[in-house]
Amino acid sequence: MAKIIVITSGKGGVGKTTTTAAIGAGLALRGKKTVVIDFDVGLRNLDMIMGCERRVVFDFINVIQGDAKLNQALIKDRRMENLAILPTSQTRDKDALSREGVERVINELKNDYDYIICDSPAGIERGAHLAMYFADEAVVVTNPEVSSVRDSDRVIGLLASKTRRAEKGEPPVKAHLLLTRYDPDRVARGDMMKMEDVLEILSIPLLGIIPESPTVLKASNTGTPVILDPNSVAGKAYADAVSRLMGEQTEIRMFQERRGLFQRFLRRTA
Amino acid sequence: MNLLSFFTRNRASTAKERLQILLAHERSDRNGPDYLPKLKNDIIEVIRKYVPGAGDKVDVKLERGADISTLEIDIELPGPQAKPKPSSRAASPAFAR
Repeated sequence: MAKIIVITSGKGGVGKTTTTAAIGAGLALRGKKTVVIDFDVGLRNLDMIMGCERRVVFDFINVIQGDAKLNQALIKDRRMENLAILPTSQTRDKDALSREGVERVINELKNDYDYIICDSPAGIERGAHLAMYFADEAVVVTNPEVSSVRDSDRVIGLLASKTRRAEKGEPPVKAHLLLTRYDPDRVARGDMMKMEDVLEILSIPLLGIIPESPTVLKASNTGTPVILDPNSVAGKAYADAVSRLMGEQTEIRMFQERRGLFQRFLRRTA
Repeated sequence: MNLLSFFTRNRASTAKERLQILLAHERSDRNGPDYLPKLKNDIIEVIRKYVPGAGDKVDVKLERGADISTLEIDIELPGPQAKPKPSSRAASPAFAR
């Protein structure tokens, strides 16, 4: 029976899709059968970040509307045999996503996979609501920045009230905080809120801290989940987050991008 | 050094303080309906009951603070020339009728 995890944030551009790709790949690397689902109808992007954009034939909406079988729409990852991607539709309207349809697809996936990772669109509209509705756990992706923290707080409220678990009075969706684009240098200078500040405000357990890193852009350029880059500090931080998501009690490590010689020189003279 | 760190630490701590105040309010408002539009309509109705010819110029502002919040209600009443003709004694709209 699969565990359903939503990757959500409220605000856009904080790293939901990057996180979905990294965590999905990370769980697969650890031997877990994992499927990642793109809920951002109309703005398909998970396929690009996963590097399978040229293999999309059928999509999530085709399956929901009965135009394709689930197995026809699922794309098996070529790097990891445990990983599959269910891309979303690019053209159709957002109403194409129905709660019954989503439930049917999730129920079908539940038997074959260990983890179902739902990549939520930004905002709190239909797509975002349905992405979180069936979740058992949530990864709230947050940047140490005021608008992102505010939106995350809103989303944490929605997780506690607008999900199936909340409506049925079951144990609540377990929300984890993933702090992304964290820059320890700017924190040290007092320009950026520190991890403890964000934790104190949002008061949900911390899953990990992903440092700001140029390797994230490099990974998306080539369609490789950043966790597969052995030299990436962001990838290492994601690997730690995956361990904690699997229930391992590992301590939170603060990774930091190593500065080049030139930048180090600049810092010293600044 | 102390003075420097006081100024530099300010930016992140300002963000934290602003968020703490805002979110305390947003969390408490979350479960209740947004009553400000309703409040505004009710006030307009009451004003109209006592001041004939009053328009709907009611400005409701809510300023949220850490300890107390203030509700500022600005009501614009019609001037003397807008009053109905017969009574010429009343000095202010509040005493008309």
